[in-house]
Amino acid sequence: MTTEIKGRFGRFGGQFVPETLMTALQELDEAYDAVKLDESFQEELRYYLKNYVGRETPLYFAERLTKECGGAKIYLKREDLNHTGAHKINNALGQALLAKRMGKKKIVAETGAGQHGVATATACALLNLECIVYMGAEDVKRQALNVFRMELLGTKVVAVDKGSATLKDAVNEALRHWVTNIEDTHYILGSAMGPHPFPTIVRDFQRVIGDETRAQVLEAENRLPDAVVACIGGGSNSIGMFYPFIQDKDVALHGVEAAGKGIETGKHAAAINRGQTGVLHGAFMYLLQDENGFVQEAHSISAGLDYPGVGPEHCHLHDIGRATYGNVTDEEALEGLKLLCRTEGILPALESAHAVHYAAKLAKTMSPDDILVICLSGRGDKDVHTISEALGGDLR
Amino acid sequence: MSQLKDAVLSATSQGSKAFIPYIMAGDGGLEKLKPIILKLQQLGVTAIEIGIPFTDPVADGPTIERAGERALANGTTLRKVIETLTGFADELTVPLVAMTYLNPILAYGVEQFAADAKAAGIRGLIIPDMPLEESAIVHPALSKERISLVQLVSLTSTPERMERLTKASEGFIYAVTVNGITGARSSFANELQEHFKRIQSYTDTPVLAGFGISTPDHVKDFGSFCSGVIVGSKIVESIVNEDWATIEDLIGASKVTPVK
Repeated sequence: MTTEIKGRFGRFGGQFVPETLMTALQELDEAYDAVKLDESFQEELRYYLKNYVGRETPLYFAERLTKECGGAKIYLKREDLNHTGAHKINNALGQALLAKRMGKKKIVAETGAGQHGVATATACALLNLECIVYMGAEDVKRQALNVFRMELLGTKVVAVDKGSATLKDAVNEALRHWVTNIEDTHYILGSAMGPHPFPTIVRDFQRVIGDETRAQVLEAENRLPDAVVACIGGGSNSIGMFYPFIQDKDVALHGVEAAGKGIETGKHAAAINRGQTGVLHGAFMYLLQDENGFVQEAHSISAGLDYPGVGPEHCHLHDIGRATYGNVTDEEALEGLKLLCRTEGILPALESAHAVHYAAKLAKTMSPDDILVICLSGRGDKDVHTISEALGGDLR
Repeated sequence: MSQLKDAVLSATSQGSKAFIPYIMAGDGGLEKLKPIILKLQQLGVTAIEIGIPFTDPVADGPTIERAGERALANGTTLRKVIETLTGFADELTVPLVAMTYLNPILAYGVEQFAADAKAAGIRGLIIPDMPLEESAIVHPALSKERISLVQLVSLTSTPERMERLTKASEGFIYAVTVNGITGARSSFANELQEHFKRIQSYTDTPVLAGFGISTPDHVKDFGSFCSGVIVGSKIVESIVNEDWATIEDLIGASKVTPVK
């Protein structure tokens, strides 16, 4: 419903890329339209999602968390239990299969936290594709474990020390690499952002989260949830969770942006809450920028949310009031992380911890008859060094 | 009629070729912008492409990207570049072509930008992250101020696309000579000549070659099958090194040597 003109979500989206990429985007668009309707492709994807990724993931009733919050019944959609530990594999695998169909032998990808990089490296190992991943030098430091995992999987990881040396700079380099190697390379973009058709492709490969959740909630409770909550960097786990519920007007959709050190400090990644419209990485979207149109650095304890823009479909859902976008600081996310560890024995990724904190607060305002689902997009093993440092510990 | 197109056509009328150097505004400080532009003008260039630095220059190679970083570190912004140019616009005898990513224009305000750019002597505009399909966002405002919106044609553009791009391009057609980003290169594919012929077959708007042209031989080679060249990285590098001899040689290669 949100796509009126192809590639547009209301006034957002588009294809703001160098001319050299236009033919490739056109080809990708056509190839994707074809596989979307191709039962053999969908069959192959389902096969790998079930037998390799381990879907479907559980929808788990978090009883102790629910009691602790004292409000709505809280369910966790366990994307952290996917192979490679996050939802990113849903899209990476889908796009790698698509690249094979398109006859591309090489893959380039960007990564922030390293989850998308690991997922892409994994899919490429599985499908015998050559893979190169660009990662901000700052993130390489923060996520050394994921760098090592990618290298074990046979992927070349290139540290990007330009600009803020984080996700946005990794996207710049991945785009440059793609422009230069357009003939044999497919770009597996990791979030629901970038030029058309990427926001649509990523959403479609991630909607399995929301489709499963919808069916699982109906089975467990015989009705739809009152609210779903997911964290937002570029917005892939959240759009995957939201999309199948968009028509269900009684299901409140809550996206949680990273407020970093606090919205008022200016050191945050809250593009929808504090950005202005602009163009970056191929799309018209809400963007953190200064009065000269220069893109500002985002700040978040979580590398996966550390991005100054946000996917165009979320911008549109915000504009039309269909989804609500809140925010959670670094400190609050750590509280959410500790809360989930303590009550449920689950260590969430720092990204997902933002959703946990927000949902815990939201649940308190709801009645015990209400149902709330948190998208637990990834597990926190990758973050233990960051967490330990933030909590004043020393893990060496 | 486009003032930019007139300048390119008149540069090519005597058998010589058009030569457009690219400079990064604010590299070395904005106070250098005026002397560099006036010097290039005096050396007989056809037009001057002025790069506006941006935080995320995805179409630029390392040389221009670093120049942009230096310019940003100097506090260069689109607004300051336009103010500086406006200060000596009456001394300009060649048209200026601004090359800027889209977002600074959106932040400036499209209409205000077009009006101010015209007053600054800007007669053409290249927006590397805005393909033809998205150009409605700026085109009406530019047309009103008679600023030519130059389209890039790449090696990957399909023939059908190429035709649309060449017909839409104003001032000249910027034919990208390699797949990739800006920057000096040693060799070019042989099929290029065919590619240029095809582009020119759709239009009488002059076709200029750009990306990777770095030696007087490149200038001559491309000049033999199109209307001229745009030289970026090599000029930027030479200006940093204050190596005006290299710049003069490059410009010289675009001119017909007078017969004795």
